[in-house]
Amino acid sequence: MASRVFAALVLVALAAVPLLAAALDQPFYVTLTTRILVFALAALGLNLVLGFGGLVSFGHAMYMGIGAYAVGILASHGVTSGWAHLAAALGVGALVALAVGAICLRTSGMAFIMITLAFAQMLYFLAVSLRDYGGDDGLPIQARSDFGLFTLDDPVVLYYTAFVLLLAVLFLFKRLIDARFGMVLRGCRTNERRMGALGFPTLRYKLVAYVISALVCVLAGVLLANLTRFVAPSYMAWTVSGELIVMTVLGGLGTLFGPVVGAAGLLLLEELLSSLKLGVPWLDQLLNQHWLGLIGLFIVLVVLVLKRGLYGVVVDRDRRRGGQA
Amino acid sequence: MTTGLFLTQLLNGLQLGVLLFLLASGLTLVFGIMNFVNLSHGSLYMMGAYFAAAAYNASDGSFAMAALAAVPGTLLLGLLVERVALSGLYRRDHLDQVLATFGLILFFNEVVRFVWGPASVYMNVPQALSGTVDLFGLAYPSYRFAIIAVGLAVGAALYLVIHRTRVGMLIRAGASNAEMVSALGVDIKGLNSVVFALGAALAGLAGLMAGPIVSVQSGMGEPILILTLVVIVTGGIGSIRGAFYGALIVGIVDTVGRAFLPTLLREFLERSVAQAVGPAIASMLIYLLMAVVLALRPQGLFPVRHG
Repeated sequence: MASRVFAALVLVALAAVPLLAAALDQPFYVTLTTRILVFALAALGLNLVLGFGGLVSFGHAMYMGIGAYAVGILASHGVTSGWAHLAAALGVGALVALAVGAICLRTSGMAFIMITLAFAQMLYFLAVSLRDYGGDDGLPIQARSDFGLFTLDDPVVLYYTAFVLLLAVLFLFKRLIDARFGMVLRGCRTNERRMGALGFPTLRYKLVAYVISALVCVLAGVLLANLTRFVAPSYMAWTVSGELIVMTVLGGLGTLFGPVVGAAGLLLLEELLSSLKLGVPWLDQLLNQHWLGLIGLFIVLVVLVLKRGLYGVVVDRDRRRGGQA
Repeated sequence: MTTGLFLTQLLNGLQLGVLLFLLASGLTLVFGIMNFVNLSHGSLYMMGAYFAAAAYNASDGSFAMAALAAVPGTLLLGLLVERVALSGLYRRDHLDQVLATFGLILFFNEVVRFVWGPASVYMNVPQALSGTVDLFGLAYPSYRFAIIAVGLAVGAALYLVIHRTRVGMLIRAGASNAEMVSALGVDIKGLNSVVFALGAALAGLAGLMAGPIVSVQSGMGEPILILTLVVIVTGGIGSIRGAFYGALIVGIVDTVGRAFLPTLLREFLERSVAQAVGPAIASMLIYLLMAVVLALRPQGLFPVRHG
């Protein structure tokens, strides 16, 4: 019970952010929280394969990059229709995910981690070499996606679009994980050979999960490009894939809502550390310049101490009390 | 495209290959014996390069001092990191190991930025090796040639240690069945530390050798770490032989590909297309190679033989 109340409270708080920001006259909060929503969406996608499928993909930033570049490239050719952006992003994303997934899923364990990383690097270098689209320097986007009924130009509209998408994906994943498909996927995580012996074509199930999870990341990429009005190869740097994993684990691996908590936790901590003012000049300067090092130590600590993640702890407590997670 | 140019690029590829081998051998041993994924191996390489550069500049350009600081320094640092942070993770799954060592990368990058500042640090090649050597009429920088020689010598020494000594026998035994080795009364914890420290020292050596030819800066370990991962996965995880051949293949394919693929493509494609596609394919070449290898032989080219 406690976990559901917690999740509901987080969602209500997220829904109220633009109103609060308007009341406090701090539009920056909307930008920061949109960023949280975007990364929550991506981490949610990753969690489908990482948490429920037990597949450690170290290359999911690649799909955010595909989404972002679809917007950037189409916009640079004067196509501003959001539907066209979405169609291109999801189409390309699905094709790439199918091909990459089909190759990667033949391996497992360490090799899977490395080969997903390799494909993400491949796409990263492809983006670097796209000189017509900014290459290494990245590509500014002149106009945001225009969906006819609404355009993402207004930060608040963009915020609620991301929020509604997040709710939709949460609902969809809830259904998906409890369905037969989710059972098979979780079965593969525990013992794939047994699932195979039961007659399930495990590779096909894992591939479908991989493609769905990639497409959620593509969506997050489309939103990210609209948020920053800029795309660059650094969106799919391998460190971003690492951060997505950190968010998922920080929130709670294999819990439905965990990635949202993890994304919010990590991004808020980054924001806090990089702008913290304690009133001690040398300490402030140290923190604000080298906060990434502290994040690194924080990640090590999370792995060593907080194995189940922030939200996972709450879920576990519910389970011990006999309630449903 | 002349033969001389091709040979030079081939040697450059070989030089990158042996550098990769220094890193890959340590990483693959750690993985093979402890079943541990150590992403922070690239950070040890970076620390080695910084130790070398700092000692080099502090001692008015003595390469010997740089070597004395880099190799033992990285070895000690490796031991420290292993004892403090990583030894608790051996029994965890790969995900936890990847995450914790990812955190260490971020940490070490900031440590060097804090200690040595954000700008690159430079060191020069030692005086004795600043010229060129004559290889069958081809002038090649002595220092790069020395890197190749050191790499090959380390390869041979590793081969002897692993196949001819008692510690090597334990390492081989640990790679094929660590639990059985500890059941036989061997101090597997000590063996783990020895292997980790050995890997760290080799990474420090790679950092020292690379110091004069690259710019020593924060984050320099990451691109080469990813190349190293490509090497050990292509070569077969846990296998020194695989690391050796894998490193040479990746080094040569990457260097020669970057040098000649754009020109080669111009023969088949229109000039503008070739100019756009060439560099892209060249930088993707080794990842394509790895994907093809893994798709056809998921165990890598030279898998460890158990049994």
